[in-house]
Amino acid sequence: MTVSAVRVRRPPRPGGPPGRRGRFGVHAFLLAVSLAFLAPLLLAVYASLRPYEETARDGYFSLPDRLSFDYYRQAFTDSGMGRHFLNSLLITVPGVLITLFLASFTAFAVARLRLRGSLVLLMVFTAGNLLPQQVIVTPLYALFNKVPLPYWMSDSLTLYDSLWAVLAVQVAFQLGFCVFVLANFMRTLPPEILEAAIVDGAGVWTRYRHVTLPLCRPALAALGTLQFTWMYNDFLWGLVFLSTGDKLPVTSALNNLRGQFFTDHNLLAAGSVLVALPTIVVFLLLQRHFIAGLTLGANKG
Amino acid sequence: MNRTTGGRPVTPPKTVAPRPARRRGPRRHTRRDLAVLCVLLGLPVLLDLALVWGPTLASVALSFTTWDGVGDIRWAGLGNYADLFADYPRFWPAVRNNLLWLAALGLLATPFGLLLAVLIDRGVRFSRFYQSTLYMPVVLSLAVVGFIAQLILSRDQGALNALLGRQDNPVDWLGDPDLNIWMVLLAACWRHTGYVMILYLAGLKSVDPELKEAAAIDGANERQAFFRVVLPALRPVNVIVGVITVIEALRAFDIVYAVNKGRNGLELLSVLVTDNIIGEASRIGFGSAIAVVLLLVSLGFIITYLVQELRGEQRR
Repeated sequence: MTVSAVRVRRPPRPGGPPGRRGRFGVHAFLLAVSLAFLAPLLLAVYASLRPYEETARDGYFSLPDRLSFDYYRQAFTDSGMGRHFLNSLLITVPGVLITLFLASFTAFAVARLRLRGSLVLLMVFTAGNLLPQQVIVTPLYALFNKVPLPYWMSDSLTLYDSLWAVLAVQVAFQLGFCVFVLANFMRTLPPEILEAAIVDGAGVWTRYRHVTLPLCRPALAALGTLQFTWMYNDFLWGLVFLSTGDKLPVTSALNNLRGQFFTDHNLLAAGSVLVALPTIVVFLLLQRHFIAGLTLGANKG
Repeated sequence: MNRTTGGRPVTPPKTVAPRPARRRGPRRHTRRDLAVLCVLLGLPVLLDLALVWGPTLASVALSFTTWDGVGDIRWAGLGNYADLFADYPRFWPAVRNNLLWLAALGLLATPFGLLLAVLIDRGVRFSRFYQSTLYMPVVLSLAVVGFIAQLILSRDQGALNALLGRQDNPVDWLGDPDLNIWMVLLAACWRHTGYVMILYLAGLKSVDPELKEAAAIDGANERQAFFRVVLPALRPVNVIVGVITVIEALRAFDIVYAVNKGRNGLELLSVLVTDNIIGEASRIGFGSAIAVVLLLVSLGFIITYLVQELRGEQRR
């Protein structure tokens, strides 16, 4: 229905200057959709600032008697969100760095070294990233239970129920996407630069670290921001490979705010806003990189 | 190095024989180069094989067993699959829901995202604002989306019932098994639309404007120009969007798990796998059989996609 509404108001001629009415229609439509898209978020923020009794009595669409950050304090202290934020940080930051490092070298080897079988390698990584996560859960669960770790690395003495498990899976799983994107990007770099380096006698490492990598900075920035959200937002791995509640990353720990018999929805709203905040801030700050990250892979061909 | 044994002439070791260079130019890698390659290429390959492909194959193997995770692994042949298709009451609803998910993302969210991309691409003012707002839901985790959905849709205090003035006769949007899947799909589409929009937006920017002009000169109206000229030129993006849509539909998990652990109308294949593996039952063989069903469906699309990629590679 919205489609036809827009079509009617479209400028009469393609290429010509769009008429004012057409512009207005498009704006009205885009504004309506944008507000509809924002509304749930705004509602969550509003609810999180009001006491539950108040919304229970007057409903969500009422003017507030009192606004406060009490729920945020409560979410932080009572359910130990600080601890869970730290867990997320411990997984996400090394995860992104390791993934980018390993993926950039693999992509370099695939795209720039002309090794035999590099196409097969690229396919293995790309397809691996497209597999449904649930397919690999069971064997990994069994495997992680069998891999011993010393006490200083994991108090469960196995890879299972340690942040290492989540970190390892994140890196392995996300490698595929990063290799794919970076290999595509590196193919667009001029080959002459590399040839010059070879003539100068540069080894593989130098060609990777000092010739190719600096040119990949935009791609790495884009992927880094994208990977940050994906790893931070992950829900399943934390749930499956960690059994101690204290070790959960913040996204998986959101569930803790739900009471067994009574759920304070405003507290949940505060928790959701808290969890969403880092990615939203990162998105708004690094918007350009985000969008580039998504489109680097899509825009080739 | 050239040792002879028993007087027989020794065939020269392979490395000595000069292999015809596949490509003119660089000399062979030095020992240091090889060490770097072995470590830095070996590590990611090992990780990918050990933590992604190995488990995938193991899942396939386990699906033919009745393993509970602790005891012996006993062969069950196709038993799990027979049980799954015939006797597991949650299976077919889950398949249906996954298909609904695919239909919603593919037939509603994707065209809507494309429409938004086309509108924004025409250079309206405030396009940055629209773009950011519409993309915002994508950076939220699906778990957060699930909780926000509850805020709006819960029976007693939900915003939607308040908005509709139905507090006295509330609709249980998320509890009613005939209704909740549609509500959750709405939330999933909310996210997917922005994702698709950004991909198309980038694609549209890369379409040569001369193509459109040429179409206009040939007398095509805007609609014809879009469907006959622009959309075909977007083929690489279309392929990516298609694959992402299918994979997202098959992987869907977080929202339903956050809402009610994927029960009571919100069954999905991914949830069934998780339940059978980490739930109390711990029927790993059976859970793997479900995972393999999921895998087979995904593989169909993955292979299609890789063939496309391969063709692109040859054209390069």
